[in-house]
Amino acid sequence: MIPMLLGVSLLSFLLLQLSPGDPLSAQRGNPQVPDALIHRIETEYGFDRPVPEQYLLWLSRTLRGDLGYSFKYKRPVADVIRERVGATLLLAVFSSLLSWLLAVPLGVWAALRRGQWPDRLVSLTAFVGMSLPSFFLALLLLFAASVAPPLPWFGRFPIGGLVSPEFDQFGFWARVGDVLRHLLIPGLVLAVGGVAGLQRVSRGSMLETLRQPYVLAARARGLSQRSVLWRHAFRNAANPLITLLGFEFSALLSGAAFTEIITSWPGLGLVALEAVRAKDLFLVMATVLMGSFLLLAGNLLSDILHAWNDPRVKLS
Amino acid sequence: MKPALRRFRSVLAANAPARISFWVLVALYLSALLAPWLAPYAGDDESRARSWAPPSAIHLRELDGSWHAPFVRSVSYSFDDDALRVWSEDSTCRFPIRFLVHGRLFGLGNPVASPIVGRDAVVGGDAPAANLHQRQGRLYLLGADARGRDLLSRILYGSRVSLTIGVVGVAISTLIALVVGGIAGFAGGWVDSVLMRLCEVVMLVPAFYLLMLLRAALPLDWDSRVVYFYIILILSFLGWAGLARILRGMIQSLRQSDFLAASRALGLSPWRILWRHALPQTFGFLSVQATLSIPGYIVAESGLSLLGLGIQDPQTSWGNLLEEAMSIAEIRLHPWTLLPGVFLFAAVLSWNLLGDALRDTFDPRSLS
Repeated sequence: MIPMLLGVSLLSFLLLQLSPGDPLSAQRGNPQVPDALIHRIETEYGFDRPVPEQYLLWLSRTLRGDLGYSFKYKRPVADVIRERVGATLLLAVFSSLLSWLLAVPLGVWAALRRGQWPDRLVSLTAFVGMSLPSFFLALLLLFAASVAPPLPWFGRFPIGGLVSPEFDQFGFWARVGDVLRHLLIPGLVLAVGGVAGLQRVSRGSMLETLRQPYVLAARARGLSQRSVLWRHAFRNAANPLITLLGFEFSALLSGAAFTEIITSWPGLGLVALEAVRAKDLFLVMATVLMGSFLLLAGNLLSDILHAWNDPRVKLS
Repeated sequence: MKPALRRFRSVLAANAPARISFWVLVALYLSALLAPWLAPYAGDDESRARSWAPPSAIHLRELDGSWHAPFVRSVSYSFDDDALRVWSEDSTCRFPIRFLVHGRLFGLGNPVASPIVGRDAVVGGDAPAANLHQRQGRLYLLGADARGRDLLSRILYGSRVSLTIGVVGVAISTLIALVVGGIAGFAGGWVDSVLMRLCEVVMLVPAFYLLMLLRAALPLDWDSRVVYFYIILILSFLGWAGLARILRGMIQSLRQSDFLAASRALGLSPWRILWRHALPQTFGFLSVQATLSIPGYIVAESGLSLLGLGIQDPQTSWGNLLEEAMSIAEIRLHPWTLLPGVFLFAAVLSWNLLGDALRDTFDPRSLS
């Protein structure tokens, strides 16, 4: 895991060095900023040294827990990241839950009605969901939200952001409700993208499991349909789904960026775009590493869950 | 090739969604090819006086109740109290829609004076016939953008970029994956581990961040043709790693097979074994995989252009056309700016349905 992250950091550092301009371009173009100050910052952060040395310098700082300074946000990078990681994770977890809750029952239903109209309907709907680019779906939903009349109990659909402007005056539950309201559109957009793949895998896996002799045995013992399905078949059918969890999570992190940008959800993706545009070296490095780390963590999580669900798999 | 073609036709015959998708794709790619002829206007033909013109209303009846071939009116706007555009039609003349005019499939013919019904119909009090030849009409089947450019024409021109980038990108990344996966699987040892670690590093960076980094590595203000090829390269760079790993696995298992042992025993060179005997075994899988990954490339290009990092105005792609829909205020006032997304969706859905049908046929392990 550590060598992989090192590789990622090296790759991104090199790519950033290839790009024209540097983190101080904006300051350089500003006549108000004296040259001496720019020169001081350059020496302080080592921008005047050769690239390999700069990388090692960055690495040693990062290992000591100093992620550097964001010239765009004019704050330490660690602060910016800390604020944003939470929002991205919240979005990813919420939309994973949503897509699992939608996809697994749909997949099982399609497997039970194989070849009949529910099967076809579910798979066609899944294809439509899969084929809607996340940014387009987000734009469509935002458009719908902006023209929708206020609903009872719900009010107007929020069209972007994490919280309402009046958030600070809300009580605890009102705050939770407010965040959930704002989560709805970006969460739904991301969930729809994931449902297709999950539905497909859960259907295929369930079909295969239902053919196994132990399912027949369970039926022969007169167990109820529900018990056969969920206690016997589904637990085994869930293994490939759990393997998929890690991939889904990574797809969410990557897909989340577009959704975040369009729904102005203050997550990592939005920061990454702004940081790359501003050539904000330390911030870019931190967001890329954070993204890769979350992806690795997702894979690890799916391995652990896999071992927990399937006694044949040993964690070594 | 023949059995593959016959199999492909049997897939289309048996699977209605795949058949429809196939013909939708044929239509889309044909219209991209014929864009300059199909589009009523050139992609950069602007008319600032008609900024954000809504889709033209097509009339069949004149004010006096007489019937005519489909025609449109010239439109102009004024601002109301809320500073919103209010469009009004100039009913003093009509512009008939003609086919095969000006070297294009369709367009507007010369204006024809309309009969005067009451005094209201006369705008500005001029006799309608006097300045008839100066009147200009515009046909906006799908509305106009901020500079009064015809959205339909721009979508057609944009499809040339959006639709080709996926195909070329997939071809390049498949080629990289073939070389890397083939060498890794065939050579084994340290070559294998170095190449596979490289793949893993590339796969570990979430695609969006890698896209950003690669895009940032080059200046934004390049010639758009160079940007087009550079974007194809970026997208191929994203896609090859996963495919290379799968190919390596396939080659490794093929290495154990008898027919490769036989070709080794015949004394063929490793290169020849790899290219002539091992890799062709993976072509069925590769063709399905390529079909299934084209939509991802199309979406990635659109996303990049949407963020202003890809194809840029005045060049068009479906993504940068959608850029105008990025602000909610704009969508509310001009919902037709969302239309390029519908084309994007149609192309992606068709590729997905076609790829899925191919997978069911060519992948013996899939359950249907």
